[in-house]
Amino acid sequence: MTPRLEIRNARKQFPGVLALDGVSLQLGVGEIVAVIGENGAGKSTLMKILAGIYSPDEGELLCEGQPVRFDGPADAMAASIHLIHQELNLAENLSVSDNIFLGRELTSLGAIRFRNGRAMIAESERLLGLVGLPPSAARRRVEELPPGEKQLVEIARAIGGNARVLIFDEPTSSLTQNETDRLFQTIDGLKAAGVSMLYISHRLAEVKRCADRVVVLRDGKNAGELAKAEISHDAMVRLMVGRDMTTYYPRTERTAGPKKPVLEVRNLQFRMGGIRRATEGITFEIRAGEILGMSGLVGAGRTELAEAIFGVRPITGGELLLEGQPFRVNRPRDAIALGVLLVPEDRRAHGLILEETIGFNLSLPNLDRLQGLLGVNRRVERELHTNTMAKLRVKAPSAAKVVGLLSGGNQQKVVYGKWLAREPKVLILDEPTRGVDVGAKAEIYALIDDLANRGVAIWMISSDMEELLGMSDRVLVMNEGRIAGELSRERLTEEAVMTLATGGTLP
Amino acid sequence: MNVYRVAGIFAVLVALYAMLFASDPNADRTSNLYTVASRQGFYGIITLGAALLILSGGIDLSMGSVIGLGAVLFAYLMEEGIHPYLAVPLVVLGGAMIGLVNGLLVTKVKLQAFLVTLCGMFVYRGLARLLGGSIGLTRIREAHPEFAGALQNLRFVLIGKNKEGALEFPIQFVLMLFLVGILGFFLHYTAYGRYWFAIGRNDLAAKYAGVNVDRQRIIGYVICSSLSIFAGVLLLLDYSSLRSDNAGAGMELEAITGAVLGGCSMRGGEGTAIGIILGAMVMPVLNNLITFRGINSDVIPAIIGLTLLFGTLVDEGIRRWFKNGRV
Repeated sequence: MTPRLEIRNARKQFPGVLALDGVSLQLGVGEIVAVIGENGAGKSTLMKILAGIYSPDEGELLCEGQPVRFDGPADAMAASIHLIHQELNLAENLSVSDNIFLGRELTSLGAIRFRNGRAMIAESERLLGLVGLPPSAARRRVEELPPGEKQLVEIARAIGGNARVLIFDEPTSSLTQNETDRLFQTIDGLKAAGVSMLYISHRLAEVKRCADRVVVLRDGKNAGELAKAEISHDAMVRLMVGRDMTTYYPRTERTAGPKKPVLEVRNLQFRMGGIRRATEGITFEIRAGEILGMSGLVGAGRTELAEAIFGVRPITGGELLLEGQPFRVNRPRDAIALGVLLVPEDRRAHGLILEETIGFNLSLPNLDRLQGLLGVNRRVERELHTNTMAKLRVKAPSAAKVVGLLSGGNQQKVVYGKWLAREPKVLILDEPTRGVDVGAKAEIYALIDDLANRGVAIWMISSDMEELLGMSDRVLVMNEGRIAGELSRERLTEEAVMTLATGGTLP
Repeated sequence: MNVYRVAGIFAVLVALYAMLFASDPNADRTSNLYTVASRQGFYGIITLGAALLILSGGIDLSMGSVIGLGAVLFAYLMEEGIHPYLAVPLVVLGGAMIGLVNGLLVTKVKLQAFLVTLCGMFVYRGLARLLGGSIGLTRIREAHPEFAGALQNLRFVLIGKNKEGALEFPIQFVLMLFLVGILGFFLHYTAYGRYWFAIGRNDLAAKYAGVNVDRQRIIGYVICSSLSIFAGVLLLLDYSSLRSDNAGAGMELEAITGAVLGGCSMRGGEGTAIGIILGAMVMPVLNNLITFRGINSDVIPAIIGLTLLFGTLVDEGIRRWFKNGRV
């Protein structure tokens, strides 16, 4: 049988990087192929070539056995290939129906293109039904919808465009568990209807759940393939990194008995923003040298809690104690001065100044320590850069390299590096390895574990279940702005976490 | 959300008119209301251009200079012996070319709209000053007596002023309604309008949906510059004599003010035709009110600034209310 879509020997050179070096891929009718690989392996480039956003320097693209050439996303869509983007690509100021028909509106009056709104809404309602959304959503503005529903709108749009190939790029990165389940139901339905799908994800559990076949890329080349029966976590990781990862989660057992609490949070209330003004009082503590995991669905208030304690978000009530002493934070510099440091969730927006160099970013929060007689002491600054980069094994020729050009993993290491020089007391990690490839993940985990062993209180907020279970000494679960429960290492299971996160209670 | 914006600016306008009528018994005389409406029409036309660009995520700082250039070019062509009826379309064509240049620089060369049009602001003002110092209809009538009839006809049809220079009817207001009507139709009832809104908020989304983003943007710049240069023609016909170094100067900011008051968010992707009309109507009433109150006219800029700031505050409040989320 002719594959629906095939690419042979694709090569793509970017300035300074050979992104694809002869990659081939086949996608059959109604097949779901997962494409995995570390960051920088070439997955996104490959997907963008298939979706007509990039054109390959070399290589053949065949659609239903016929050679094709795409000169833009419109050509790919005409060939029924749709990309569901990693960053949601909807015009949020328009209605759902307007977005579904954006670029291919139903119009009359010829070149005047008078919009036939009623027909578009009727068709939108039908398409929304196919992805499990209520028909009433057709008239709503997209920005009013939660992230998961936006994603479903994108899928509805692709189905409306007669998609026979759907490409998902990290579709679940901003979804809750419920939304993810709904997405998989929709994917199952599409598969039954004969739609072929390419699925890119870092979340190997999801790949296992939905893929018929796994294609692994490494350094812009095909690293191997796994048939349905062969798909396992270990096999995938082995192909991705090209070696066996024996110490994926390097957590050491910290046997010493209960240590003294470093950060105590008593009955804390803070602004959630918008109409929901404040939360219930939140009480917990983090002890020296422990990794406290924090789980919860998107919107549970974990990030907001961290932001409140770091001084980004106004605190409206309650008490904070650091090593037994009450303290107040009104702005991040208060928290930084005390050694309560945050590695934020959104590295690109809050963690780094992407256009600046590694050195600039490392120095920025440490300028108080770099002062010399005449401004910044260059020698001390250079030492700081060299030491930090060596300690974290940042892969870059020098500190003069622009941060935005590094891979996700190396960027994340620089964010950690900003704080290491300050001897953190409490290190708040919000999604510590989001968008980080497997190799760099292992290095970051080793770093976190090492910091904990040296007595730093680590508060790790994570939506990555494997990471949470693999790294935490103890886990707090949040649900709708409150602490839903605590799980000790012994009681820590995925089921227990999910039960608490979804508002259930444990026996 | 848009409903609240329109209702808000409508309420402001009603309040301003009420204060105007209360200020002086002469304020509600037809002649005064006509004068105000005439100014509103003029501002409406340039506000429309600014609004179209703002809601599609662009900006044009060269508008004021293009207005000045329009007036000077119009006079220059007639002095060179080109018939007024032919001069008007030629000038508008020139405006379209300016818009095309702006649009190409922004889309194809990928320069920032702010910078491109800032440069345009100086370049077109310079061009206007090279073409003439002070310009006036009288001089054109003296040089070409055969144009006098046509000029008067234009003045009557486009402005509503009779031979004595008295305003018989605020035609510019009607012109504005006509132009907003056409563009409003495209904005709210056709696919092109959706594209402008989509581009204004998220041009990548529009691009990936197969929309010809560049073409759509260029059309916006062409419309804006054409409207601006046409406003220059109106300015000369209305005021009879102008100076090339200050005609239209600063009007780009007044046009942007009108657009923002009318509910066009500087974030792009928001705005309504009706809002644009109401937004453009505010400032002429405000000016008139200040005149009638006998307040020192030096206070006008400060009042405009405060009005805009207040409008922005209210608008931001509405936006946050609807977004219902982040701090």
